[in-house]
Amino acid sequence: MILWWIGDLVLLAVVLPVVVYLLRGVLDAAKMIVPSVQEIARAAAAGSKDLDAAALLLTTQDQVTKTVAGVANYGGSLDVILDDAR
Amino acid sequence: MAPALAFAAAGAVTIVAVGLIVVALVFYLVSVITQLRKITTGLDETIASVGEIVQKSAPVNDVVTTINQQLDAGVDLLEGLLVKKAGMRDAVGLVDGMYAGAAAAGFRNFPESPTIKAPRIGEVYTRGTLTLARLGREAPIAAGNPAGPALRDVERGSLAARLLYPEIRQTMPKSLARSPVIGTDAPVQYEKRDDIGAPRKQLPGRAMSDQS
Repeated sequence: MILWWIGDLVLLAVVLPVVVYLLRGVLDAAKMIVPSVQEIARAAAAGSKDLDAAALLLTTQDQVTKTVAGVANYGGSLDVILDDAR
Repeated sequence: MAPALAFAAAGAVTIVAVGLIVVALVFYLVSVITQLRKITTGLDETIASVGEIVQKSAPVNDVVTTINQQLDAGVDLLEGLLVKKAGMRDAVGLVDGMYAGAAAAGFRNFPESPTIKAPRIGEVYTRGTLTLARLGREAPIAAGNPAGPALRDVERGSLAARLLYPEIRQTMPKSLARSPVIGTDAPVQYEKRDDIGAPRKQLPGRAMSDQS
């Protein structure tokens, strides 16, 4: 009978606080993760939006190709017009 | 206290304690589940955005590589042309005049170029060449005095070009005299003269002969 009471006492005084303490720690940790995940999601969305201009690289590539071709043409003409160095 | 009553009391306390533990478990675990669902939602959004990033950045590597190859070809071409036409020494001097300190790096396709001492560009090229070079960019390149100012104001380049035009353009009047409007819809209609376009009454040659 005494052991039963001791068991009840341990249950209320030790087990219950320990359970509450541990569960509260898990809950706090989970709550701390939520803002970080939301921040990461916002950053990823912003990064994705920043990359919208990446498609313009195709235009840049085309322009660079044309520019270099024009420079090559001018270079060829200059090569003909100008005398070489001594 | 009767033994039966003591047993009952101990059992009730046990049940209450277990119940409290169960309630705490339920409360905290449900809260954790709620937070985990928020985390899952956030991660879903993150994964979607990261997927977009991957998709959008996929061609960047190839495109940039191609651009670099094209630019490399252009640089090789211009370097080769410059060295061919100006000679290695003058070419190094010209590049060093445009980009101070660039002579130390030398040309990519000419390994011996870094060892060449860059001449003072003002001693190599004429004043007209220097002026053209200085107009080409904002840096004080190729100046008679290297510390001198650039001829071209990059922020107001159009003002410098405007000086080439007559004075009335330089003073920037609000409005210049407009060209006259002609035609049937013109605001000023002139009276039609009958003698215009009609046969001449007297030829000039005859009048002169009559006087004589």
